[in-house]
Amino acid sequence: MNAMIEAENTLSAHACEEIDALLKRYPAEQKKSALLGALNIAQHENRGFLTKELMQAVAEYLDLAEIEVYEVASFYSMYELKPVARHNVAVCTNISCMLMGSQSIVDHVENKLGIKLGESTKDGRIYLKQEEECLAACAGGPMMQVDHVYYEDLTAEKVDAILDALE
Amino acid sequence: MSEVMNEEFVTITVDGRELQAPKGAMLIEVTDKANIKVPRFCYHEKLAISANCRMCLVEVEKAPKPLPACATPVMDGMIVHTQSDYARNAQKSVMEFLLINHPLDCPICDQGGECELQDVAMGYGQDVSEYVEGKRVVFDRNIGPLITTELTRCIHCTRCVRFGREIAGLRELGMTGRGENSLISTFIEQSIESEMSGNVIDICPVGALTAKPSRFAARAWELMQHASIAPHDCIGSNIFVHTLRGEVIRVVPRDNEAINEVWISDRDRFSYEGLASDDRLTAPMIREDGEWVEADWDEALQLASAEIRHALDTSASDEKGGDEDSEAGDASSKLAALISPSSTLEELYLLQKLMRSLGSGSIDHRLRQSDFSDQDFAPLIPWLGQDIENLENIDAALLIGSNTRKEQPIANHRLRKAAVTNKAQISFINAKEFEFNFPLANNIAVAQQQLAHELAAVAAAAFTASGEAVPSYIADAVSKATPNKAHKAIVQQLSQGENTSVLLGSQAAMHPSFAALRALAEAIAVQTGSIFGYLSEGSNSAGAWLAGAVPHRGPCNDADAVKGLNVSDWAEKAPTAAILVNVEPEHDVAQSQQVIKALTNASSVIAITAFRSPALEDVASIMLPAAAFTETSGTCVNAEGLMQSFKGANNPAGEARPGWKILRVLGNLLKLEGFDYVSSDQVRDELRGHCESIELDNSISGVAQVTLSATGGSFMRAADVPIYAADALVRRASSLQKTHDAIALAVSMNPADAARLDLDDEITSVSVKQGEGSAILRLIIDEKVPAGSAWIPMAVKGSELLGDPFGEVVIEKA
Repeated sequence: MNAMIEAENTLSAHACEEIDALLKRYPAEQKKSALLGALNIAQHENRGFLTKELMQAVAEYLDLAEIEVYEVASFYSMYELKPVARHNVAVCTNISCMLMGSQSIVDHVENKLGIKLGESTKDGRIYLKQEEECLAACAGGPMMQVDHVYYEDLTAEKVDAILDALE
Repeated sequence: MSEVMNEEFVTITVDGRELQAPKGAMLIEVTDKANIKVPRFCYHEKLAISANCRMCLVEVEKAPKPLPACATPVMDGMIVHTQSDYARNAQKSVMEFLLINHPLDCPICDQGGECELQDVAMGYGQDVSEYVEGKRVVFDRNIGPLITTELTRCIHCTRCVRFGREIAGLRELGMTGRGENSLISTFIEQSIESEMSGNVIDICPVGALTAKPSRFAARAWELMQHASIAPHDCIGSNIFVHTLRGEVIRVVPRDNEAINEVWISDRDRFSYEGLASDDRLTAPMIREDGEWVEADWDEALQLASAEIRHALDTSASDEKGGDEDSEAGDASSKLAALISPSSTLEELYLLQKLMRSLGSGSIDHRLRQSDFSDQDFAPLIPWLGQDIENLENIDAALLIGSNTRKEQPIANHRLRKAAVTNKAQISFINAKEFEFNFPLANNIAVAQQQLAHELAAVAAAAFTASGEAVPSYIADAVSKATPNKAHKAIVQQLSQGENTSVLLGSQAAMHPSFAALRALAEAIAVQTGSIFGYLSEGSNSAGAWLAGAVPHRGPCNDADAVKGLNVSDWAEKAPTAAILVNVEPEHDVAQSQQVIKALTNASSVIAITAFRSPALEDVASIMLPAAAFTETSGTCVNAEGLMQSFKGANNPAGEARPGWKILRVLGNLLKLEGFDYVSSDQVRDELRGHCESIELDNSISGVAQVTLSATGGSFMRAADVPIYAADALVRRASSLQKTHDAIALAVSMNPADAARLDLDDEITSVSVKQGEGSAILRLIIDEKVPAGSAWIPMAVKGSELLGDPFGEVVIEKA
């Protein structure tokens, strides 16, 4: 699988530009404020996951200790610290969606892709997120988030169409 | 009560007792002061409040829930119960939660018996746990050779994390993960590099972080505790030595707010390992036909005294080149002595007394110094000029030739506090750009041959700012200097601050232009209204000056004492006999090549030493085993002039004896007057008697003319003594020698010099020639080394192949 997933080790010029834009929102001596955003940018550029080198690059760019970046990256579930496939699929399993049958959606996805939650498909196409907390779309449960886009009122057929459309 | 009136005070009632407390103080500070016990884990008086363990919950009347005493500010009329059922219940519940994931492995835990969790659980826990589910297991991380992690035991108090951020100034440990998955860790498999890291072992309230070198060596209740003084830097940190059946198991800090607070450096904590090194000298040894053979004390001492007598009786015609020397007496050129600046006051005093009673003044402790030209103008004791505590209150400081972070970690911690909390403007002028753990106003690095010129430029700016005339002795140097923006800024910071210091570090004392540096630094201090002081080398430089372990002055500035030759002069004159006390000539002496040559030619060299080193075995004729560090009683004088005496903690290794006793018996055998001491206290008191009315004053007067040499095109070496190479003991401390700061010998140079010498990236080692010495060294291209000099540390393995730490070097492709 790793052959399919290439990692970036440095921040691109474009990423730095984006981080600079973020930094403008905060006082100059409080660069740490931009850490969450900077990690998002770095992760996005690297197709969905962070590497040790990228975290070091962010630490250096924001003048932070490496451990400070690692603390934040390991705390939030929106950062992946291991190589994952390029499309991030997260099925909500919190209370409202659970009542609306999210477990059968999870089962369906797992069967369809042949992987368990927290794993990536062998072709490097789809990563099933380990656990997704409530995404505040309870009215449309069961729901899932695919690459930042919400899909609500899911059925097995709907899920098939969405996943098949992913390249 | 009068000073109390100035602050705003409130009255609170705790457990029925009325207490006065400053407004805004946290409840736990007030109860601690009143000796009311409130259990805690995350609170530590020296660290920021995080209130995450919740153990210190107490009942506060009118509050809707129990409040953490560490994060609750006192308010007037507050009524607090720390022992009520309500409070006890809250504490008991927290204790139960903290123990849920904590393993019940106290019998195999190094912290057992001195564990805060164990103690508090005894007082506040239940005897049976209600928790039956599986416990969390956390895999340990390897964070280096000094600290063992046992992370399953961690209760997430984050004291170690806050220590890194607030005290060490280096964020290394952190809390990673979330919820049940959170754990204390470094950034993905890194080891800890702070020079103060060992303190996390003390502040960890459980057995999650314990000392690796003493792991599983003893139980806390079996240990004997002995108060002592740390032997490596001029701070004189207060320590406890813990022994088990006469063996040193570990060293921990002894609280002293005025000196080391509650911390000690890793060097002071782990250097004891050197005591058990394989090359300890455990019996007197005599060289017979080139072979070392063991002897008994009686035989060895008789021989030593006979050799000394014989050397002194040698007729003048046997001497080489003693004719020009009118100042130093005949005996001074025949018998010389070197003693480590980390020796005890008693050893220093007795050695100089022995030497001077024999008519020789050639005794020196300034082993790494090479410029003695202004020694007659030196103060009685070159001291810090202030209390160590004052370093944290300064507004601005200029340090010259100093890497405080690695040389005096505790002084550096005080400076760091000044820089971080006081926004002090601290500047350094060094021969290499060192890394510091606090923000600096200026960190100037110039090639070592430019150091005095750079300081002259600061002095020029100082005289311009003050408008005073430049005194004639530095006029030449100052007039030729052109200050730049940084120099003017330093002067402005020093002049504007109310509490400012100009300090000379131990690298300045080693510098070939030490006299010029001293004169210029003192002038800058005077012109800017700053305190002038020294951060000297070794643990007892101040004591050495006081004891008269210098060739030009006796104890307490006694100008009538027998005068002799300094270390570089007698190395040229080649004495007939020499006495070395705690000295390894290949590492502890600046002009090691000349000194070793002189010692080789001497007919007799008596080494009083705790360790055998290859160079000592080559040059000595008699080796007398001396007690080291914890094994002797004695006294050290720290940089602020504080005399601290300590007792021996364990018996010396093998047949070794305390240095002062060896010197006493040697004095007796040589039939000298006044060597009848029965304790080291008597020696100290005799010296004290000489010094009743001394005043410490760093001002220098009537200094000899300072002329700065033109800096030619030669490529010069510059050096420091790395933290774990400072003295014989720490060089043998095996765990410290595995750390990041145990620097392996290499030559570092600026990219510009590398390009000039045609050394490209692919070249990894170069040939270095210096005087008669040469070595093949690893090459490091480093922008922190200024162009014009090559950085090659001294006192590390291999550096003995080269010569003078500041001499000319020739570097070529290997």
